Amino acid sequence: MSFWDRLYLPGLIKGMLTTLKHIPKKKFTYQYPEDPRSVEERNDRYRGVHKLPLDPEGNVKCVACFMCATACPADCITIQGGPAPEGWKTKEGYQREKYPEVFEINMLRCIFCGYCVEACPEDAIQMTGITLPQYFRERQTEGEVLGGSRKDFIFDRDMLIDNNDIPEQGLHPNS
Amino acid sequence: MAAPQPESKIIELKPFTDEMIVSMGPQHPSTHGVLRLELKLDGEVVRDAIPHIGYLHRCFEKHSENLNYQQIIPFTDRMDYIAAMNMNWGFCLAVEQLMAKEEGKFPGVPERGEYLRILIGELNRIGSHLLSFGTYGMDIGAFTPFLYAFRDREKILLLFEKICGARLTYNYIRVGGVSRDTPPGFMDEVKEFIDYFEPQIDVYNSLLTANRIFIERTANVAVMDAEMAINYGITGPNLRGAGLQWDLRKDETYSIYDRFDFDVPVGRDIPELGVVSGDCWNRYKVRMDEMKESVRIIRQILESGLPDGPVQAELKAVRPPKGEIFSRSEAPRGELGFYIVSDGTPKPVRVKAKSPCFTALSALQELSRGLMVADIIAIIGSIDIVMGEVDR
Ligand code: SF4
Ligand code: SF4
Repeated sequence: MSFWDRLYLPGLIKGMLTTLKHIPKKKFTYQYPEDPRSVEERNDRYRGVHKLPLDPEGNVKCVACFMCATACPADCITIQGGPAPEGWKTKEGYQREKYPEVFEINMLRCIFCGYCVEACPEDAIQMTGITLPQYFRERQTEGEVLGGSRKDFIFDRDMLIDNNDIPEQGLHPNS
Repeated sequence: MAAPQPESKIIELKPFTDEMIVSMGPQHPSTHGVLRLELKLDGEVVRDAIPHIGYLHRCFEKHSENLNYQQIIPFTDRMDYIAAMNMNWGFCLAVEQLMAKEEGKFPGVPERGEYLRILIGELNRIGSHLLSFGTYGMDIGAFTPFLYAFRDREKILLLFEKICGARLTYNYIRVGGVSRDTPPGFMDEVKEFIDYFEPQIDVYNSLLTANRIFIERTANVAVMDAEMAINYGITGPNLRGAGLQWDLRKDETYSIYDRFDFDVPVGRDIPELGVVSGDCWNRYKVRMDEMKESVRIIRQILESGLPDGPVQAELKAVRPPKGEIFSRSEAPRGELGFYIVSDGTPKPVRVKAKSPCFTALSALQELSRGLMVADIIAIIGSIDIVMGEVDR
């Protein structure tokens, strides 16, 4: 090594030059969490928090067939089926047989693999484009960034139905 | 209070320091996860470094026995979370080979599925090596490469998010193919990324590889020659850094790697830089060269285009016949093996993962003896371990 090399100056200067070249360029970073990536930017395959879509009459589509609960590797879906209320019609106009009286997803156990969505024969469970932290930021009472207790992470049927107002970003079986 | 000592007694001419035991980790930024090293120090010199692992143990193998084959795939994501696509692939390959043992059980992965697997696997290899390059620079004391590497890795993650819907835990490669086809315009975006990325490798090289300070820290440090590497069972870039040309993609080709033209970079002596094969610098350099080879493979896919057809084979059920299989594939960190015993039911009897990082970590003790504490950081970065895979 020559004396010049020993100074390490060329190494420093060369590295610095590369850095300086980037200063005028456009910023690549997001100001998270104030300014997170928008939901719209994600495509419709994003695997975020679940939702239970409604049929055209406004009733929950799910027929409590337990396919999603069986497919779930984390064992986090709890369903209790019951006879569907009078007047709930299928697509063909018959009285529907079953609906989920209880439908809970334990978000602490969920690994967001998307198997439940793939397994559902009725397309009655979908995933939205928002992540769990984003969900809590939008839905939760002031001061909570995430849930305050384990109970907050067990999403019941009504919470999942409410998620329908999140922009349509679900995982569609054939998209 | 002791009586005042004459000055000559206080200053010992030949200082002797007691052996000191320092616990490095488990929360240490340069351990790439939660690894605790028990260092036996004589002053600044490391007499022994004993790795204590298991902080990230999640019972992957035992857990797998209670799941069916499809359900295990998302958990392989959590092994090497830096290269989750390759983990999915390794497991699916094992299940497919096991199924193929029975005539007519497994029709083979469709052409388009194979191409997509290679495309995604190589993109993930680039992403993984980028992370290893960036964090290695940061461990050694250069912060800028880290930001550059993460900027470009982010582009890969966005591509993955488009194709499978997740940024790290993809669950994309499935038994029989891949889970879904490309979204519209995906290949153009891959091309755009590759066009952007190829010149970037030279920027990285000028930033870190040829940097005098970096070379001083890594050249001729912790030399692992080919014999030692083989004795420890080390694979992947760590083995190739020792000058041995061994890459499963070439030497025991699987999928359709034999249709692609690429080289296997190996470590070599460069006297003018003071670099010898098998040292930290060479292990690092092999990864940089491998990124170029991955770019070459992706370019060939872009040129030929994806063939038409389905992406996943039509399987009635994933239920391999009775038997056992050991299958290995080349993950970014080395040979990833899966040993599966099946009794013909939908759930495996035993799943054993052979993780490349675990073997690499086992060599750490011998590599670090007699070096300085600061060199330990250089070694851990150069063998590029991910604790999620070591502990499983
Ligand atoms: S995403 Fe996966 S883990 Fe979560 S509820 Fe659905 S199947 Fe279960
Ligand atoms: S969400 Fe779908 S799979 Fe799950 S119980 Fe309802 S209908 Fe069945």
